[in-house]
Amino acid sequence: MLGLDKKDTSLLLLVVVLTMAAPFLLNPFPEGSGMAQFNAGYPDLMQRFVIFGIFAIGFNILFGLTGYLSFGHAAFLGVGSYAAMWMFKLFGMNVLPALFLAVVLSGLFAMLIGYISLRRSGIYFSILTLAFAMMSYALAYSVLATDMDGPDQQGLLQKGLTGGETGLQLTLTDPRIFGEASTEDGNIPVPNLFGIEMRAATDLEIGNWVFTFSAGYYFAAVVMLISFYLSIRIFRSPFGMMLRAIKSNQQRLNYTGLNPKPYMLAAFVISGMYAGLAGGLMAAMDPLAGPERMFWTASGEVVLMTILGGVGTLIGPVLGAGAIKYMENILSKINSDILHSWFAFLPDGLEDFVVALIYPFIGKGWHLTLGIIFMLVVIFLPGGLVEGGQRIKRLFGRGKSAEDANKPGKATTPAE
Amino acid sequence: MGILEVKGVNKRFGGLQALGDVNLSVAENSVHAIIGPNGAGKSTLLNCLVGKLIPDTGSVMFEGQSVLGRSPHEINQMGISRVFQTPEIFTDLSVLENMMIPCFAKRDGAFRMHAIESVAAEKEIIDKAMHMLDDVNMADKKDMHAGAMSRGDKRRLEIAMCLAQEPRLLLLDEPTAGMARADTNNTIDLLKRIKDERDITIAIIEHDMHVVFSLAERITVLAQGSPLVEDTPENIKGHPKVREAYLGETAVAA
Ligand SMILES: Nc1ncnc2c1ncn2[C@@H]1O[C@H](COP(=O)(O)OP(=O)(O)O)[C@@H](O)[C@H]1O
Ligand SMILES: [Mg+2]
Repeated sequence: MLGLDKKDTSLLLLVVVLTMAAPFLLNPFPEGSGMAQFNAGYPDLMQRFVIFGIFAIGFNILFGLTGYLSFGHAAFLGVGSYAAMWMFKLFGMNVLPALFLAVVLSGLFAMLIGYISLRRSGIYFSILTLAFAMMSYALAYSVLATDMDGPDQQGLLQKGLTGGETGLQLTLTDPRIFGEASTEDGNIPVPNLFGIEMRAATDLEIGNWVFTFSAGYYFAAVVMLISFYLSIRIFRSPFGMMLRAIKSNQQRLNYTGLNPKPYMLAAFVISGMYAGLAGGLMAAMDPLAGPERMFWTASGEVVLMTILGGVGTLIGPVLGAGAIKYMENILSKINSDILHSWFAFLPDGLEDFVVALIYPFIGKGWHLTLGIIFMLVVIFLPGGLVEGGQRIKRLFGRGKSAEDANKPGKATTPAE
Repeated sequence: MGILEVKGVNKRFGGLQALGDVNLSVAENSVHAIIGPNGAGKSTLLNCLVGKLIPDTGSVMFEGQSVLGRSPHEINQMGISRVFQTPEIFTDLSVLENMMIPCFAKRDGAFRMHAIESVAAEKEIIDKAMHMLDDVNMADKKDMHAGAMSRGDKRRLEIAMCLAQEPRLLLLDEPTAGMARADTNNTIDLLKRIKDERDITIAIIEHDMHVVFSLAERITVLAQGSPLVEDTPENIKGHPKVREAYLGETAVAA
């Protein structure tokens, strides 16, 4: 179906079903119960799942297929956000033109950075991309944030192109020439898709459960599904095969009459456009863009997501993005009161001891938990969560495993 | 005039004169061997032919066109394929995929953006790749991980990959180095068959005299970066200068 083989089609359908049913699946615990804080089915977090999923899917096209580790992909995320914001400010609040400009601009920017960075490979490539991203951050933070429309003017460029530290925001004085500068009740208009506001949401109450359906989430999810589908096509294309050949043996590729440079650059630009799309979607969900989106920690995060989920696999990056965003938003909200209430059944001394033991790993300490999980995965599951899933599957279906073992490695047939 | 003409090539590495005034003419549709002791500059010469190194002076002409200043993939697209001393294949790809890549390179050139088409739908390429695999008796290994094969199989695959591009000049750098006798003999048979079946010129660097004397029509002996003598295998065998400079005791064994 859609030019995919049977296995890929079923993977795509599975992902479609999971994302469409996410508001139910991520809210398994009834409202008001002790476990409700583990619910992830609220729009803000679900949007982050799919947006970072797009970011990681694109990153994986570069890193997973060619093995070139970019440490500066957040720069494209930032460019996408700023581009979308300017589209909102200048032309109107429809998200489609905003996303279009985000993708185009980040693609052009990636072409420039990729052209220079790809002159080197290995660690030098990574350092070059990191340097470019940090320069972009510095540009966004200060250089491009200076008053550009004259000291006595209060115009559009009052805070430069990027708005500096506080970020780029919408104002009532933005022109929005194809839309309205302000709504009838004098507010700043909201990003929308032909009138459907991204922040619109309806609640469905079933018994003690409350499920929230957000327009923004479903829009972002559809964009993610399209991105995911395109990435499967790229993985299965001759172009994808060439990228894997570059990772495997660039010398042989050279002496086979193929020029690795344009293949690499194309992969870099495509992954930069994915990042720009993700950045544009962030601005569409919450119309604000700040320089911290380009900071090196954001570049590092997408590396973690991809490795945690499974480098070079189709679904791995999405899983990795989900896992990290879940921990960031859920683990970090658990505090010592909650822990005490969980372990209240224990004798007092023991309760305090257990809570003291767990406490460093929750709340602000969620990074510690992430670090430990990341280490465990890299050491015991080099193929990431996807490999974990495959091992579990193999435990339950021994008959099939013998067959799988004879297949060429996962590099050849990127697993689901 | 030969298909490959090397004139006055010099190459220095720092103080070391790796190649000194090398002249070489390889006749079309012949098998030309280049022999010489370790460090004689054989690999350096080969690297100058394929764009990996650029000679300090001199000219290298292939079919009347200079190869100097072109990058390896451009020289390859001119019709020169190269087999490496240690087999260079795509170890992380399947055997069939290995075979398909040169087929794509032959059909589509150095770069083509085909990111949405499906590999599985490229019937023409798959058929050609399978045909080539069949030709070297590797069709049954098509789904195997190329890196997991024996050295002899990797060598056979590498040669078949080069042939898929239909080169007019095939360069081989010690193709049997480190191989078991049986694998060496298989490689000799394969090269003999290639020479008989195709319009192809083969230039081979080789250490193993058994291989050289069973394949070559012309032999150039290289010593300390310069050609010592060029002649037919029969004459090379008995040449006193060659015995002295290179063959030594191995000449007796051969
Ligand atoms: N890239 C290089 N840099 C410095 N010296 C080199 C390089 N390549 C080869 N050489 C030197 O040039 C000489 C010829 O080497 P090579 O062509 O590999 O010999 P052969 O293949 O005949 O054994 C050797 O002394 C070798 O050490
Ligand atoms: Mg050598």
